[in-house]
Amino acid sequence: MRHSTRIAVGPVQFRIGSDWARPIAALNRLYAGYPQDPERPADATVRLFAARPWRRRLRPSVQIGGDFTVPDALPLPLSMGLLAAEMGMNLQVALGWRRHLLLHASAVERGGRAVLLSGVSGSGKSTLAALLGEAGWRLMGDEFTLIAPGNGDALAFPRAVSLKNEAIAEMAARVDPARLGPLLAGTPKGDIRHLIPRPDAIAAMHEPARPALILFPRFGGKAAVESMGEGEAFVRLTEASTNYTALGEAGFAALTRLVRETPAFALSYPDSATGLALVEQLFAEAIR
Amino acid sequence: MSAIRTLVDLLAGRRDAASLSPREWDGVISVARAEALLGTLAVRLDGTVLPAPVAALFGDQRVAAEVAQRQALWEAEMAIRALASERIEFVLLKGTAYAAAGLSCARGRQIGDLDILVPAHDIGRAENELLEAGWEWVKSDPYDDAYYREHMHELPPLIHSGRDRMIDVHHTILPRTHRKTPDPLALVADAVPTASGFAVLCPVDMACHCAAHMLADGDLQGGLRNLWDFHCLAADFVAVDAGFWGRLDARAAKHGLRVEVRRAARLARDLYGTTLPSGWDAHDPGDRWYRRRLFARDDWGGASDFVLQQAFYIRSHWLRMPPAMLARHLWTKWRRR
Repeated sequence: MRHSTRIAVGPVQFRIGSDWARPIAALNRLYAGYPQDPERPADATVRLFAARPWRRRLRPSVQIGGDFTVPDALPLPLSMGLLAAEMGMNLQVALGWRRHLLLHASAVERGGRAVLLSGVSGSGKSTLAALLGEAGWRLMGDEFTLIAPGNGDALAFPRAVSLKNEAIAEMAARVDPARLGPLLAGTPKGDIRHLIPRPDAIAAMHEPARPALILFPRFGGKAAVESMGEGEAFVRLTEASTNYTALGEAGFAALTRLVRETPAFALSYPDSATGLALVEQLFAEAIR
Repeated sequence: MSAIRTLVDLLAGRRDAASLSPREWDGVISVARAEALLGTLAVRLDGTVLPAPVAALFGDQRVAAEVAQRQALWEAEMAIRALASERIEFVLLKGTAYAAAGLSCARGRQIGDLDILVPAHDIGRAENELLEAGWEWVKSDPYDDAYYREHMHELPPLIHSGRDRMIDVHHTILPRTHRKTPDPLALVADAVPTASGFAVLCPVDMACHCAAHMLADGDLQGGLRNLWDFHCLAADFVAVDAGFWGRLDARAAKHGLRVEVRRAARLARDLYGTTLPSGWDAHDPGDRWYRRRLFARDDWGGASDFVLQQAFYIRSHWLRMPPAMLARHLWTKWRRR
């Protein structure tokens, strides 16, 4: 393809090609601090291309493709090329990765122990993880957490954090502006701005962590913590996994082990400060 | 050399995997995924010296293929149980059949839907039994439904509500309206049991179906995988039956598939190095278009050679139905766009 770049996030080496220079330049800026290994072949390929040749220049719109594609996915305007790249990368991992059990969950680590935050879009899992990542924790990722079937360890996938809507201002107030990507206003997912993880989180991206806590956060409502049984956590996490079925028995074993060994809680919080405090409190109890 | 040709050379054993540069691997991995051949390549290169990340990825693929195969065979078992009460017997087709019969092409092979062949007179009862056992219609519209029932060689696809797996119930191996009409009674009558308790087509029919599926039905999408199947089937069957090619020739003639089977054999020889007997080892100038179509993929895994792909797409419809019917069909489809 005309323009391309290579990005390694956690265990996955991506190759991203594009018909336009802009998305690649934007990616290169976001991922400048990530390790580069030209000797390493790519596990996954993402293609950002014009669905029709004239769409390269005339009202340019980006079709998301690669090793795996979603049929009938609508193209995005070129101004949202960065979002297209992010969606393309997520798609390749969600549908193609088999080495680990994939959980749609954010995660942070401290002292070798991980807190997994799982929830639907809008639950606040990304924001909470981003906030924790600025408050003494290592951000492991805001989208996927990988569970190693062999030993049950959690592995990081620290892509650039996708901040949405209100979370953008909240994080912008706390971090160096150089760590923020361009504002993508009015995307199908609302306003989006990417946050580059801290350099130490990127440097430590291959370090596994023992899961200590599984949280199912819900932003809004009174502060509340409710212990969750293994069965419910299991079912919720099967729904949060994109490759649980494909992994067969290994996926079942990994997930069973995870919910048996790791306490799980549903968590409601009215504001970020309360959310952070509740995570700290539950973590302290879990590792005691 | 293009990634797709490198992939074929690696499968054929003409290229040493150790000689590939990291950028060549990028392309090979991507086109292999696009052609549903990554697991097959992983099995083919098992035990050779590979860069560590490639070895790890291929290890993942081999394990994943084994799991997928077990799941595919379980799905076949579910169909047996669903149809047992009405004593409806069926023959497994394609990927699941190769796995059930333990054939070499099954190793690492991706298996999509469950394809079964049911005698035409049992098709209504089979449909009822499957619906009772939890399969449902994939949402489709009345035209598509009627089209399948009147003209196709299979029922409209069914999906199991609990396991989310598709089943294609065939009553023959090419559309009813196709210019070629293989004999479905012979296919069922001569089916053979496997050690695992399933029924599959006999070797010559399996090779005929593979060739027909690749060259007479569809636009050669996924053709490299189907051709690899043919290559492996031929090697497996010749190894246990020296008279295989002769028998295949007679059977292909019976089904009216001699042209397709011969072409599949030549293409398999050209791409994967299949050894052909003297009578088969000819050259046909028309084959070059097929080879070009099979190689129509760029190094990023995208489709290339747009005009040729369109030509094969039109050809697939041309073979599938008579001109007047094709015109009607395209008109209906176009109006509903």
